[in-house]
Parts: sequence; structure tokens; C-alpha cells
Amino acid sequence: MEGWIALYIFMLAAFTGIEVIRRVPAILHTPLMSGSNFIHGIVVVGGMVVLGMADTTTEIVVGFIAVFLGAGNAVGGYVVTERMLDMFKSSDKNKKE
Amino acid sequence: MMPGVDFIVPAAYFTAAVLFIYGLKGMSSPVTARSGMIWAGVAMLLAVLVTFIHPKVEGNYGLMIIALVSASAVAWWWARIVAMTDMPQMIALYNGMGGGSAAAIAGVELLKVHSGQASMVPTTLLVAAFGAIIGSIAFSGSLIAFAKLQGWMRKTWRFPGQQLLNLVVFAATLVLGAWIFIDGPTPTLLLAFFALALLAGILVTVPIGGADMPVVISLYNALTGIAVGFKGYVLEIPALMIAGIVVGAAGTLLTQLMAKAMNRPLTNVLFSGFGKADEDAAGVAASGEIKSIDGTDAAIQMAYADKVIIVPGYGMAVAQAQHKIWELTELLTSRGVKVSFAIHPVAGRMPGHMNVLLAEAGVPYDMIFDLEDINAQFPTTDVALVIGANDVVNPAARKDTSSPIYGMPILDVDKAKNCIVIKRGQGTGFSGIENLLFFEDNTRMLYGDAQKVAQALISGVKALG
Repeated sequence: MEGWIALYIFMLAAFTGIEVIRRVPAILHTPLMSGSNFIHGIVVVGGMVVLGMADTTTEIVVGFIAVFLGAGNAVGGYVVTERMLDMFKSSDKNKKE
Repeated sequence: MMPGVDFIVPAAYFTAAVLFIYGLKGMSSPVTARSGMIWAGVAMLLAVLVTFIHPKVEGNYGLMIIALVSASAVAWWWARIVAMTDMPQMIALYNGMGGGSAAAIAGVELLKVHSGQASMVPTTLLVAAFGAIIGSIAFSGSLIAFAKLQGWMRKTWRFPGQQLLNLVVFAATLVLGAWIFIDGPTPTLLLAFFALALLAGILVTVPIGGADMPVVISLYNALTGIAVGFKGYVLEIPALMIAGIVVGAAGTLLTQLMAKAMNRPLTNVLFSGFGKADEDAAGVAASGEIKSIDGTDAAIQMAYADKVIIVPGYGMAVAQAQHKIWELTELLTSRGVKVSFAIHPVAGRMPGHMNVLLAEAGVPYDMIFDLEDINAQFPTTDVALVIGANDVVNPAARKDTSSPIYGMPILDVDKAKNCIVIKRGQGTGFSGIENLLFFEDNTRMLYGDAQKVAQALISGVKALG
């Protein structure tokens, strides 16, 4: 990939990240950290690509580890975040139940 | 003409990137947070599925599926059974896995370069090596953080020259990275390179105490994001670059917010133990005497109050008293008492953790207020009930310039008409700083296990009819 384009993508993504989090209320900081933790679980895709290209035993073993760890990051991150968010209810909703 | 793989794969990744940002943005409100997460989940599923037809993927499909399914099953199961109080270490664990994955990807890529199957322009090689270092540090560091919070590793290692050793190890990692850059990645060199990077993560994390862990986990979360972004560049998958860097930037800001809330500059967290400040601090001479109160009297005081603010700390969560406290709150509310919860930014083990724990007990989030929103209300409050919190309500942060916590924002419970502090026993908080609040005229200590005391308060209020 062309270096400058990559640099532009990095720059815009960094601003997006900062702006998105700036509006988040403190009560959601932990779910947010967990949610962003889930999102970098996308690394599993990178793991799949390198495992798909791997030929030698070492490459396959390391590639397998990459997919395994990445998938754990994504799935665990998702479940933890969802469990936390599941608990947030407003008092209106509480009364209805 | 049917769109080919060359179109479908990038289009799916693009959609995933949009949904990730949309999902994160949804988190800015408790109302939209869940749907935001679900969209992000859909994005992840889409990205994973489409990778099976990625042009570079030529084989090992069986192994891929085995890795995906086994890791998902284990992670799913563990994330399901873990208690809410243990969530911070789970975040650390799953974050570490992401960092490890990024490091492993770099490993394969660099091996490919060695075997001549892939070539990298110098920039790409540099980015790959940096991603490898960052990912490795996030991996081993997060695992140490996990072990510490989980209680598997209680010891905090500190020895003279520790910082120097860390510096040497880190510098050696960089030197090896440069060597790889110049001479090309040979397996032996790579092994030493990764070993040193992993060691650096361990050495940096080992001396950090439990109290500072939230900041550290947040930092590693940001680092993993950056490592993932770098891998996206190396593998030429922009979705990874965007998702990784968005998380890296957001995580960096979150880390700074946390460090600020704790009044601990990031450099202090990383390069000096928490114990240090305590030793330097001359014990503040607290004047006055500590007065205690029993459960019945405290219950009467609260039952006949107009306005009560409850200030929970991690001690409440450890005693699992949040459900009892919510029961007490409901009782008081039914008597016409206006009850609110005041949360310090670092209550619990990370910002927002206490909110999650209260939410678990059923406390609606519109009863919970942040420090800035509620501090002005204490002077008009009849009873401030402090339960399992200590340093975050210590007026020394306002009054005593020599105190290590001077300048830290605190909840001004001492300004309430009455202040009741539920505490296990006499002694200082985990920072070891004397709490001036306990000596105030309007403060009464209610000693005992938080859960039992809460039960006593409930019975006390109920007895009033």
C-alpha cells in the first residue's frame, strides 16, 4: 500500500477514535474499554490471512496461534461487553418489569 | 456480470469498518450502546466469513476452523461464567490475546520474508517490526495484569536498578529490531527478538500495583489497537488499520482520562511504584476523634432524611453488598427520601466499573451521578453514606498540600450535614493515607462487614414501619 495513503488513513482513524470517545459518559467507560477491546479482535482476520498463506510447520503453528488468540479476543470481548451493557437499565424500564 | 472476489472482499471489509465506528459511537449513550455492540458484532462476523474467500488465503481451512471454533468456545464459556467484579481482568486477558495475535501475525510475515516467499519494502518491514514489539508487550503485559487482578500473582516485584534493567531490555529489543531491518529476519534472530519483547512487557508490568492496573490495562488496550492497525498496513487490509487505530487513539485518550482521575501522571504509574508516595508522605496529624454510630441510629437518621447520597467504593463490591444497598435504597425511596448514588471516576477497579456493579444490582443509571454533577449537592444533603470508599472521599485532597493525594478530585461528602462511613475496621485505605474525613465532627463511623451493616440498616428502617 502506498505509504502516504496509509498515513492519511491512520491520521483520520486516530481523530475518529478520539472524537467518538470524547462524548462517552464516564458510566460507560468500562463497557467502552471492553467494546474497543472487542473491536481490535478484528486482528483475527489478519491471523486467518497469514494462516491461509502458511506453508512450513513453523508458519502454520504460529499462524494457528494468531487465529486462536484473535478469535479469543473477539468472542471474549464481545461476550464481556454484552454482559455489562445488558445490565444498564433506566428507572422507567425497571418499573415496567 | 457477477461481482468477483476482488470486489466482494474489500466491500465486506469496508462495511465492517463503517459498522465498527458506528458501533463505538453508539456507546456514547446507554440507550444505544447495546445496538451499537450488536452492529459491531455483525461486522466482525462478516469480516471473518469473507476472509475465507480472501485471495491470499490458499489453504489450511480446516486448521482455521479448528482455531476459530475452539478459541470461540473457550472464550465464550469463560466470559459467561465470570463474576461481574472480575470483569477488569477478563478485559486484560482478551486484550492480551489480541496483542499476541498481532505479534504472531508479524512472526509469520517475517518468516515469509526470510524464506523469500514475500518481500517487504523497508517501510513495511519497519511497521511489521514495530507492530511485533507493541503486540508482544501488550500480550505479556496484559497476561501479567490478568494474573495480578485474578490474585494468581500477589507479589509486586521491586528491586534497585529495575528501571535500568527495563530500559536495557527495551533497548536490546530495538537493537534486534534494527538488526532484522538491516540483515533480514532469520529464525534465530526472530526468536530472540520476540523473547525480548515479551520479557519487556513482563518486566514493565510486574512492579505495578493492583491500584494502578486499570490505567495499565487501558494502555495495553490502546497498544494492541495500534499493533492491529500496523498489521493492517502490512497485510494491506484497511479495515484492520481503521479498527486498530480508532481503538488505539480512543484507548490512549481513555488512559489519560483515567490517569487524570487518579491524579497519577502516566509516567508515575509506569515508572514508580505506588508505595513510593506513601513513604515520602509525612503522616498528616489528624485532629479530633473518631466517633462511631450503630446500625439502628444510622437507619433512623437516613429514614427521616430528605436527601441521602450513597457513595459506594470497591469495598462494597468486595463484600457483595450492592444488592442489599439497592434494597435499602428502595426502602428509603418508598418513605419519600430522595436517594442518589455518587460515583468517583476511579471507584471500582476502572472508570465506570462501579456503575456496572450497581447496574447489576438493579440500580437504574439515572440515579447514578458523576463527581462533577453531584459535588454541588452535598451541602444540601442530610446524610452522605460512604460504603467501602476511602481515598476518594478524603478531604486531605483539598486541604493538605503535603498529602500524596493533594489535588485529586474527591467527592465532598464532608460537606454533607451528616456523614456515615461504613468500614470494616480502623485503618487506612490501600494508599495508606490517613483519612481526615473520619475525624470530622459530622462524621460517624459504622464499623462492620458492608453486607451485614447494610442488612442492619434495612432492618432498622423496616422497624420504623
